[in-house]
Amino acid sequence: MSDNNSEKANVKISLRNVYKVFGKNAARGVELSKKGLSKDEILEKTKLAVGVSNVSFDVYEGETLVVMGLSGSGKSTLIRCVNRIMEPTAGEILIDDVDITKLNDDELREVRRKKFSMVFQSFALFPHRRVIENVEYGLEIQGVDKDVRREKAETALKLVGLDGWGDYFPENLSGGMKQRVGLARALSVDPDILLMDEAFSALDPLIRSDMQDELIALNDRVRKTILFITHDLDEALKMGDRIVLMKDGYVVQIGTPEEILTNPADEYVQRFVANVDITKVLTAQDVMKIHSPVAFVKDGPRVALRKMKEHGLSGMFVVKSSGELVGHLTADKAAQAAKDEKKWLDQVTDRDSVLSVPLDQPVRTLFPMVESGNPIAVVDEDHHFKGVIVRGSILAALAESHSDSAPIEEPSELASKVLTPGTSDEPASSEADKENN
Amino acid sequence: MGTRELMGDIIPRVPLSEWIESILDVLTTLLATATRAVSTVFRNGIRGITGFLDTLPPIVLILVLVGIAWAIAGRRIAIGSFLGFLFIWNIGLWGAMVSTLVLVFFATILAVALGLPLGIVAGLSDRFFLIVKPILDFMQTMPAFVYLIPAIPFFGLGATSAIMSTVIFSIPPTIRLTALGIRQIDKELVEAADSFGSTTYQKLVKLQLPLSLPTVMAGINQTIMLALSMVVIASMIGAGGLGGEVWRAIQRLRPGDGFSAGLAVVILAMILDRVTQKIAAQDRKAS
Repeated sequence: MSDNNSEKANVKISLRNVYKVFGKNAARGVELSKKGLSKDEILEKTKLAVGVSNVSFDVYEGETLVVMGLSGSGKSTLIRCVNRIMEPTAGEILIDDVDITKLNDDELREVRRKKFSMVFQSFALFPHRRVIENVEYGLEIQGVDKDVRREKAETALKLVGLDGWGDYFPENLSGGMKQRVGLARALSVDPDILLMDEAFSALDPLIRSDMQDELIALNDRVRKTILFITHDLDEALKMGDRIVLMKDGYVVQIGTPEEILTNPADEYVQRFVANVDITKVLTAQDVMKIHSPVAFVKDGPRVALRKMKEHGLSGMFVVKSSGELVGHLTADKAAQAAKDEKKWLDQVTDRDSVLSVPLDQPVRTLFPMVESGNPIAVVDEDHHFKGVIVRGSILAALAESHSDSAPIEEPSELASKVLTPGTSDEPASSEADKENN
Repeated sequence: MGTRELMGDIIPRVPLSEWIESILDVLTTLLATATRAVSTVFRNGIRGITGFLDTLPPIVLILVLVGIAWAIAGRRIAIGSFLGFLFIWNIGLWGAMVSTLVLVFFATILAVALGLPLGIVAGLSDRFFLIVKPILDFMQTMPAFVYLIPAIPFFGLGATSAIMSTVIFSIPPTIRLTALGIRQIDKELVEAADSFGSTTYQKLVKLQLPLSLPTVMAGINQTIMLALSMVVIASMIGAGGLGGEVWRAIQRLRPGDGFSAGLAVVILAMILDRVTQKIAAQDRKAS
């Protein structure tokens, strides 16, 4: 869930006004769709089934883009248009700036071999081939030497945690293992782009969650551009850097998970989002207080005390001048240090009981920490201080996103979860500053 | 019949038989040289092989055939075949059975050699499948005897005509089941092969044929069975063999001889069926 701008430099896949209409004289369906007729109207009028209607979006290099929608929304058709397993009726599909809809059969085959791999909902393993032979299929049809392809296939199997399973037939494996083989088969050809069509939907929930985690971890290493199709919003929110929401063949909304949740484009998205546990999606970064005063190590106890008084705090975080977090200092300790004529804060700073979390820590996991009463610092990967988590700011963020996305009279499970453990005398964000102890 | 005359009064009869006959006449004259050549080659080939097999002592041939059955289908079926062959030898029909077996063998090879490629094309092309399907239905419902008639002007009386009409009669299951075997492969598997950039040939050889093999073998098994039944019927146009024995029994009204020959056909059918079924089953296990 990075919104790091530097990552968005290269557009890997670009869809421009893509249509897919099933039936004879499909071009007429495109025309009608352009005139603004709905899928149902076109079906009634012409017996043409519109699968995908005027879809345009970009997928950036290294990004995981999730296309999500209910069944019949056209998402599976769309992903098949991207590598032309289905022929798009109209529009352009640029892969590394080459419009693949204009390629001839030989050129298309070459692009499929070099750039794409696909993972399927029902795994689509070849039942008459051993696991290792499945994994090497892509290399085999490219004419790679037997020794080389065996070695690459074994590396790929190891990557998905299945080394030693190469000689089994797919029917002997569990669902989760089969999909690992599917993934290894896709990775063995070292493609730029992974097309994943409901890849985890056939797995039971626990295995599915494991596979999601593993794919995320795996992709941290192999850095593929992933186009991921799902009907499950939780999965979309977990996997996607960005999400494309589809309905009846057209795109309803494109955005980061946070944008989709906090700012749904229309009622359809809202209904989708209403069932989502927002705490799984928001991160520490979204709810932290950014402009929280800090004491610097070089400040000395008296300066720190004065800062606390100024802001009405009973304690504050101590950082080095570089911004690196050192620890937490209470007013009592600062006063004591001043009395003892200590010159530097780092002698009295409490380093052990201080809690720090990374920017992308899910909010869900912050509740127990906030309840413990200890202050929580948010730090980046270099351990630099970025902000403070206080209970008030979490509640404020949740209240805000919730009143936007769900009907108010519906007290959600989430709100009660947050409100009950805290006592009633802890209100909202206006007094949040004072809680910084 | 009165209805027929009434029909003839109102609407003139469509001269269907005349049309068919004139078409066949034209074809026969056009193709005469070719068909006569084919006929000669076949007749000599079959005569040569049957002649050679006849010179072998029956027990040697039986042991060879049983050995083949053993290798393909295992001990139980081999023992059954051995007893069956011994029985046929014992009732004096060994020679007839050998010539029937040779006819079935040739007809099946031809039917598979033609049917397999046609079936593959029908499996891959929707349009071809739509064209071929009604033709296959037609071929299978047309009474088997009818195929005998046009065979004679083309190839003359004898083994070649028998084989040709047998090929036509027995080819549909091979075409149909090959097409079916390819068509019933899970769509996602084909998409997977496509998504990795397989050529049509690679897809066929590495995916579609291996996966459809059990179904294809079931088709070939049916083709063999149909070939056997047709070869018996083809005795009417001088095919000889076990069918010839039955035909002679009919003409002389000797039910004992007829049933003996019929029983030999049944035994041969069972042996062929069990052995070829075993091939299909082995393929399934291997896949």
